[in-house]
Order: sequence, then C-alpha cells, then structure tokens
Amino acid sequence: MTGAAPTASPAREKIHKARSAARDVGEWLFKLLLSPFVEIGALCKLFAESIFWGIRPPYRVRLFVEAMEFVGIGSIFLVSLTALFVGGVLALQLVDGFRDFGAENQTGAVIGLALAREVGPVFAALMVTSRAGSAMTTELGSMRVTNQIDALVTLAVHPVQYLVVPRLVAGFAMVPVLTMLFDVVGVFGAFCVAVFFLGLDPGVFMDRLQWLVDWDDVSQGLIKAMVFGVVVTLIACRQGFYAKGGAAGVGRATNRSVVHSAIAILMLDYLVTSMILGEGLL
Amino acid sequence: MKLFRRNLIRATRPPLPEELKTNPIHVQIRDLHKSYGDHHVLRGVSLDIYRGKTNLVIGPSGSGKSVLMRQLIRLEKPDSGQMWVNGIDFARINGLDLAAKRRTFGMVFQMSALFDSMTVFDNVAFPLREHTDLPRKEVRARVMDRLAGLGIAAASHKMPAELSGGMQKRVAVARAMILESEILIYDEPTTGLDPITTEMVDDLITEAEEMFGVTSIVISHDMASVVRIADHLSFLHEGQIAAAGTTQELIHTDHPATADFIRASRITLD
Repeated sequence: MTGAAPTASPAREKIHKARSAARDVGEWLFKLLLSPFVEIGALCKLFAESIFWGIRPPYRVRLFVEAMEFVGIGSIFLVSLTALFVGGVLALQLVDGFRDFGAENQTGAVIGLALAREVGPVFAALMVTSRAGSAMTTELGSMRVTNQIDALVTLAVHPVQYLVVPRLVAGFAMVPVLTMLFDVVGVFGAFCVAVFFLGLDPGVFMDRLQWLVDWDDVSQGLIKAMVFGVVVTLIACRQGFYAKGGAAGVGRATNRSVVHSAIAILMLDYLVTSMILGEGLL
Repeated sequence: MKLFRRNLIRATRPPLPEELKTNPIHVQIRDLHKSYGDHHVLRGVSLDIYRGKTNLVIGPSGSGKSVLMRQLIRLEKPDSGQMWVNGIDFARINGLDLAAKRRTFGMVFQMSALFDSMTVFDNVAFPLREHTDLPRKEVRARVMDRLAGLGIAAASHKMPAELSGGMQKRVAVARAMILESEILIYDEPTTGLDPITTEMVDDLITEAEEMFGVTSIVISHDMASVVRIADHLSFLHEGQIAAAGTTQELIHTDHPATADFIRASRITLD
C-alpha cells in the first residue's frame, strides 16, 4: 500500500468543472426568468394587504393629506416644466412634418390628442416616479434598515396601513390631477411655439384642437393615470418596504424602484390602451 | 365586524388576575425552533422569564440572541415551539389578535429606532395617539411626565438626530413604556456605547423596572452590564439555552462553553 489518496484524472476534473459551471448558469437563468413573476407576486400580495388594511380603521387623514401634498403639490413644478417643453417640441416636429403636405393646420388637433391619450399620463407618471417614487423608496428603505418599521410593528401599528396605504391613495388620486396639469401646460407650450415661433393661426390651432379632442380622449388618459399612479407607488413602497443590506441596499432598492416603475408604465400603457380600444391583444 | 372596529385600549395597564400576578414566571418558552433555509438558528430553546426581574440572555455573536428576540415579540413566526405569556401562546396567535396582544411587550432596539421624522415628544406620544382616545392635554401631561421621569424633558422638542446615544436610549425607553407594557425587551442596549453611557443605560434599565414594575428582558453580550443588572441569566449557545441561573451560579458553572465565555470576558463577581 502506498497510502496516497487517489487523484482524479485531469479530463474527469474538467468534465466536473464544466458540469458545475453549466449547473450554475442554468440556476442563474432559471432565477432570472422567474424573477419577474416573483416580483409581480410580491406586488400583488402588498396590494391585497393594502386593500385589507386600507378599509380598516383608524383612517389617518393627516397622513393622507401629507402624502397627497408630497406626490401632487410637490410635483407641480417638475410636471409643468416638462409639459411646457414636451408640448413645444411636439409642435416643432409636427409643424415641420405636416408642412410637407400642407396639413400644418391639424397640429393643434394631433397634439391635443397625443397629450390627452398618451403623453400626458405617461410623462406625469414618469415624473412622479423620478421625484416622489424614488424618495418613497429611500424613505421606507431607510426606515427598514434602521428598524423603524420593526418599531412600528412592536408598537402594534401595522406598517402597511401606516406607511403604504396613504402613499397608494396619494398616487391614485394625484397622478390623474398631474396628468390634467400636464395636458393643459403641454397644449400651452405647443400653442406658444406653433403660433409665436412658427406662425400658425391661433384660431385654427384651438379650433382644430376642440374639434378632435373630446372627453373620451381625456378620460382615457385619466384612467391610465390612475393605473400608473397605483402601480408606481406600489413598486416604490414594495422596494423600500423590503429593502435590506444597509445604505447600499437602500441605494439598490431606489435604483430598482425607478427602473421597474418606468418599465411598468410603458408596458401597462400598451396593455390599458389595447383594453380601452378593444384591439391589439391576442 | 371585527375588521372595521378600531381597537382602542385603556391608557393604564389593566390589573392582572390574581393567579397570574402570583406566578413568578412571566414568559415560558418551550422547545422553540427557527430556521432560515438550511440554517437552523434556534434549536429548541426552552427558557423561563421571571416576573418583575431583569432577565438577561447572553451568548456569543451568532448564537441566535436577536433571532430569539424577534420571535418573542413576533416580528417573525417561529417554526415550532411555544411561548406562553399570561396564559396565551404567542407562537400561535396571528392577525388582528396578535396586533392587539403585542402591546404586552415594549421594545427598545439596539440603535433605538426612533422615528427620525418626528420630535422626541411626538415619538413618545405616538403610541398614545395611535391606541387611546386621550385628550390632547392628557397626552401632553403623560408624555412630559414620562420624559421628566427619565431626565429628558428639556429635549422634548428636539429631533432624534440631535440627541446623544444615551439620550436616544432614554427616549426609546419612554416610548416603549408609555402604554405601560408589562414586559420590556432591550436588544443589545449597550453595544457601541462608551463606558459612562453604558453605565447610564444599565441604571436606566434598573430604574424602569423599579419605577414601572416591568419585567425586563435584556439581550446582550456585554458581561460588565450583566454583572451590574442581572437578576436571572441564561446563556444561549448554538441555538439552545446551555445554562441558566443567577449571575453567581453562571459564573461558577461547569458548562464548558459558558465558562469559556465568562472567562474570556474577564469578569469576576468582586
């Protein structure tokens, strides 16, 4: 007996390493494919909990007002500023494009329709995500990693009822209001550019706008805004509420919150539009 | 319907039935298990917490002290086992019952966990505003009385970030005690504090026990504090209570891991 331990042949070791690497890649891929469903499941669970705790007293009016002020009033300047420039650039592009076949008189109508149905709700929700959503995630995430959410639990206050419900209601109520603001300021921006810089007739601009855009178009945008408002705040709260890993973890959660919200807004935009129009779905 | 009823409570602690009052054991934990995936942290913890005493749970880092605390106050649900408090098995209750019974416990977190968006006054008034319908004047009087009792009345208008670690601990104790909870849990209350503040926090725990007649559970690995304040000591090792008794009994224990831990801390009863 030599007493030496039997050694695996280099070829066998290579196969073993390759198998192990393939298994790791497989697991990583599986987790990657599964992660959107896990995320959607977590969001649905938090939403159901919010409904349950939202209908249960106490109703903390002060928290609702504060959340609405933060989401709504706090976003007025940002939404107005972006709306002004979005309206202006739409006017620039459309007048330039329509002039090629003499249809620049339709600029007001097309801009009004685009803002009311699509651009208004999508941009308002994106602005709320970038300003209020990210702040919500950071605030809740900091509360989580410093045990403040646990402290709420130990004081027999349900954190979903205290922290998530007011923010969800604020998102649901205030994003449609901001959408209407975006529509109005966007039209104003487009009007200024089209009339004062590009020489369109103001009467024709407004007449065409009123001729094509009706309440159905505005309400379509508002329905989307309500959906976006709930989803954006839900994602922000979910990411913050379950943040872990200290300050770095809160930073990652905030990053995820903004990215997930932006993706959700654009995907839901298609889904809700096709449901309202009754086409475009399988 | 229970769902739509707001559970307001009395602002003073209701009297306990005589048979519970005379029972020296306030909390009885039996065969408690908790795992995270494959990691089995609590492996059948059995522990008695004595009424009106300062009960310390000590053990090395990673022994499961904080996990035990999280089960006790039901921040997490144990996998199995029992936790009897005033005749109720805390390991089994859920939902709205749990929310109501949680007020039996007050909790002082390691880093105090004060709400940083509120002043000291609002932090302490928070439980009263949430759970009682006391008039504003009465809330103010109670909060100021509690802050004065702990020597921090002058800081009532300050934000938590403006306070020292020791003062934050005092505010956390005031908040945890404002609803007159029966049991106060301290999670590593002296970790990261200087020796003078550590002694102050130790005195605070003893004061709270004497002033308000609470049962204290202190999770710690600071042996100097242990010797100063403990009435009853339990040593948690590898997810189980390896030894329990008075401080003197544990210092003279034969249990190897406990003896090693105490020897390493260089603490003697003298």
